[in-house]
Amino acid sequence: MASIEMKNIVKQYGDGFPAVNDVSLDIADGEFMILVGPSGCGKSTLLRMIVGLEDITSGDMVIGGKRVNDLAPRDRNLSMVFQNYALYPHMTVFENIAFPLRLAKTPDDEVRRKVEEASDVLELKEHLERKPANLSGGQRQRVAMGRAIVRDAEAFLFDEPLSNLDAKLRGQMRTEISRLQRRLGITTVYVTHDQTEAMTLGDRVCVLRKGKIQQVASPRELYEQPVNLFVAGFIGSPPMNFLPATPEGNRLKTPFGDIELDEKRAAAVAGHDLLLVGIRPEYFEDATLVDEAKRPVGSTFRARVDVTEWLGDSQYAYIPYDAPDSIRAQLRDLSKELDSEELRTQAIVSIDATSRIREGREAEFWLDSRKVHVFDPETGDNLTRDAEAGAELTRLANEDRLEQMEDSHAGSRADEGQVRTGGATAVGS
Amino acid sequence: MRYLFRPPADDAAGLLALPWHQPLEEWDQSLLLDVPSRGISRHVVRFVAVEDRVYALKEIDERLARHEYALLAQFEAEGLPTVSVLGICVDRPDDQAAILVTRYLEYSMSYRWLFSGPRGGRSADQLLDTMVVLLVRLHLAGIFWGDCSLSNTLFRLDAGTFAAYLVDAETVERHPRLSPGQRRYDVDLACERVGAELLDLQFGGLLPEDVDPIEVAEGLPRRYESLWEEVTREEVFRTDEQRYRVAERLQRLNELGFDVGEVELRTTEEGTRLRVETRVAEPGHNRRELFRLTGLEVRERQAQRLLNDVRAFRAYLEQKSGQPVPETIAGHRWLAEVYQPVLDAVPEELRGRLEPAEVFHEVLEHRWFLSEKAGRDVGTTKAARSYFTNVLPGTPQELTTPSVIAGRG
Repeated sequence: MASIEMKNIVKQYGDGFPAVNDVSLDIADGEFMILVGPSGCGKSTLLRMIVGLEDITSGDMVIGGKRVNDLAPRDRNLSMVFQNYALYPHMTVFENIAFPLRLAKTPDDEVRRKVEEASDVLELKEHLERKPANLSGGQRQRVAMGRAIVRDAEAFLFDEPLSNLDAKLRGQMRTEISRLQRRLGITTVYVTHDQTEAMTLGDRVCVLRKGKIQQVASPRELYEQPVNLFVAGFIGSPPMNFLPATPEGNRLKTPFGDIELDEKRAAAVAGHDLLLVGIRPEYFEDATLVDEAKRPVGSTFRARVDVTEWLGDSQYAYIPYDAPDSIRAQLRDLSKELDSEELRTQAIVSIDATSRIREGREAEFWLDSRKVHVFDPETGDNLTRDAEAGAELTRLANEDRLEQMEDSHAGSRADEGQVRTGGATAVGS
Repeated sequence: MRYLFRPPADDAAGLLALPWHQPLEEWDQSLLLDVPSRGISRHVVRFVAVEDRVYALKEIDERLARHEYALLAQFEAEGLPTVSVLGICVDRPDDQAAILVTRYLEYSMSYRWLFSGPRGGRSADQLLDTMVVLLVRLHLAGIFWGDCSLSNTLFRLDAGTFAAYLVDAETVERHPRLSPGQRRYDVDLACERVGAELLDLQFGGLLPEDVDPIEVAEGLPRRYESLWEEVTREEVFRTDEQRYRVAERLQRLNELGFDVGEVELRTTEEGTRLRVETRVAEPGHNRRELFRLTGLEVRERQAQRLLNDVRAFRAYLEQKSGQPVPETIAGHRWLAEVYQPVLDAVPEELRGRLEPAEVFHEVLEHRWFLSEKAGRDVGTTKAARSYFTNVLPGTPQELTTPSVIAGRG
C-alpha cells in the first residue's frame, strides 16, 4: 500500500485545452479519496493519469515515493476495481478470484492463502467451491473485488463503478466498498459525479471544476465551510439556497428579511454592494415550531409557500423569491455548470414533518443565522468561511479514520487467532 | 417506447412486432433462435430470426446502449471489422434497460467452438494472431477497447485463414490517438481475459491438452508488440536501396492484412527515411474488384482466390473463341457458368455450414488436390461433386449459420 502524491499535474490535449490544470494533491497511505465534480471537471482524466492511461503533460505523479510518470500501467501495480469484470462459468468462485495469480504463475500455497484471506474479508468463504452462476448480484461484485484484493495492489481505483447498477444494488455496494476499504486499509481513489456518493464514502473529497481543484476536505468541512459558491452549491442535497443580499452595518437585507451577522462576519462582508447569502435548507424552520431558547439566534420572516413536499419523516417547502437580473443570470449559470435542474430563485426549505404550513398560503419561518455563509457574486469566494473551524473538522475526520483502521486491524488479528484454533480442532477430530 | 434505427433498415420493420415491453428473459421461446454459446456476457442476450435474417438482442443500460450504438455505426462506416448495428429500443416500460440490436454475424464462430475439441490446438496460434491484428487495427484508429477478450471477438473463415470481428463495444473509447499507456493497458487486459477464458475452458474439460492457457496469454503482448512495430515503425535505408525496400515493406504489410494509405519518403543525412501510414480499414482491393466484376460480396482473401479463378476462366474463354473477351463479360459468365452451379449443387442438408465463397474456395483447393493426385486437371464440376461427398460432410453440423436454420423453418 502506498501514498499517492500529485505535484502540479497538468494534462493538455493537442488542441491546447487543459483538462487538468495544475493539480497538486496528496493522498495518504490508506486514505479513501474521492474525486468529484460535474462532467468535464477533469476527475476521470486525473484518475487515468494515476493509472497510466493518459500521458502527463507536466508535473509529477508519485506513488509510494516513486515517480511513475513514465511507468507502464502494469508497473504501477494499481488495481482498477470492477472494470468490466466477467465471471467464468466453469471455474469455481475460488478460481474466479485466483486466476490473476494463476496467470502470474504464483505458487499454489500462496494462491490458496491469498484467496482465503480475501474471501474472509468479503464473506465469500462459504461459496468458494461453488460455481458463479448461482451467486447474487452483490456476491458477484464481491468476487470482482476479490480479484483486486489478491493482487496486493498499491491502491484501489474506482471510476464511477456504481453508475450502471440499479438503485438497490448501488446502495448495497456503497456500503460494501466502504466496509472493505476500512478493513483492508488500502489507499483508494474513487471518481464519481454523485455528491451523495462522495459524501458517504470519502475520508476526504476533492472537488474539481474545469480541471482545477476547488477544495480538498472532509465531507463535513465541505458542507459547513465551503470555499466558494461552486463547492457550496455542489455539495448538499437538496442544495444550498442562494439569496441576493445587501449589507447594511452588521445586517444583511434579503428577500427573507434582515439577517444579523456577528462582528467578524460583518467585517468580512463590508465594502460590497451586492452579495449572495447561502442558507442550507435545514437552517430554516416553521416559526411556530421553534424552541423559544433557539429563537434569538435567528430571525423570522413571512413568505408565501408555493409547494410543500411531505415525505413522512421530513418535509420541504418551496418559496419563490425575487432577485435582480444579474443574480438570476449567475444562478442560472451555476445550475448549468453543476448539471442541476433546480431553478435557483426558489428556496427549498426544510420544515418539521409535523408542520401544518400549507401550499399557496403565507407562513412565518425562522432561519438560523449562525451558519449562513456570504459569497462575493463576482468571484464566488466565500467571504465568511472560517478556515480554522474547517480544518478542525477535517482533523477530526482523520482521527476517526485512523482509529477505525486500528480497530479493524485489531479485529482481524483476533479473527486470525480464531482461525488457528479452529484449524487445530479440525485436525484433532 | 422508442426505437432508433439506422437506415438502411428495411429489415427493421419486421422487428417492431416483437414484445419489446417484456424483459428479454421472459420472451416466448418460440420467438427465439437457439444459437450455441457465443461466449460470456454480463448481460441478457437473445437471438431472433425475422424473415430469414438473424439478430442479436442485448439488454443493457440505456447510456451504454446509446454509446455502443453510435460507436458501432461509426466503425462500420469506417470499414472496421465489427458487427453491424441495427438500432436500439429505449424508454421501455417499468424502467427496463434498453435493448441493442445487432445483425448476427453470419458464418461466424466463437472461440468456445474453435478452441474446443481436436482442432483447438492447431488453431490457437492462428486465432491469437487474428485477434492481435484486430487489436492493432483498432489501436491504429484510436480505439481503446477496454474489454478485449475472446468472448467479445467472433471469427470467420477467409479462404482458409481467420478474420476477427469486434462484437462488443460497451467499454470502447474513441480518441484522436492512443497513448502508449492506453495501448499497453488494453493489451494487459486482453492478456488477462484470454488467459481466464482459456483457463475456464480447461476447467470445463473443453481445451485440448496441448494448449496451455498461461503460455498462450503470455504470448499475446509479444505478438501485439511485433505487429505494432511492423505496421508503425519508421525505417532508414540507403537511397539506392529505396526502390526495393519500399516494395518489400508494402508487400509485408499486405501479407499481414493491412493496406497502406500513404507512403512518405524523406531524404535525410543518414539516408532515406520511410514512414507508412497504415489504413485502418480492412484491405479491400480484391473485394472491390470482385464486386465490380460479379456483384459478389466476400472477404479479401476469398476475393483474391475467386478473382484468380475469374481470370483463368477469361483466358479459357479467349482461347476457345480466339478473340479478346472483356473482363466484365468474363465476370458475368463465370458467375453464371462456374460459381453458381457449384453452389447450387451443395446438398440441401449441408447448406449453411460454410459461407458460399468459402465453399467455393475449398472446392478449388480440393480440385488442386485431386488434380495433383490424378496428374491432370479434374475440372471444377468433378471436384465439387467429390468435395460434397467426401469433405463438406466432415464440417460439424453445429457450424450451420442460424439464418439458414431459420430459413428451413
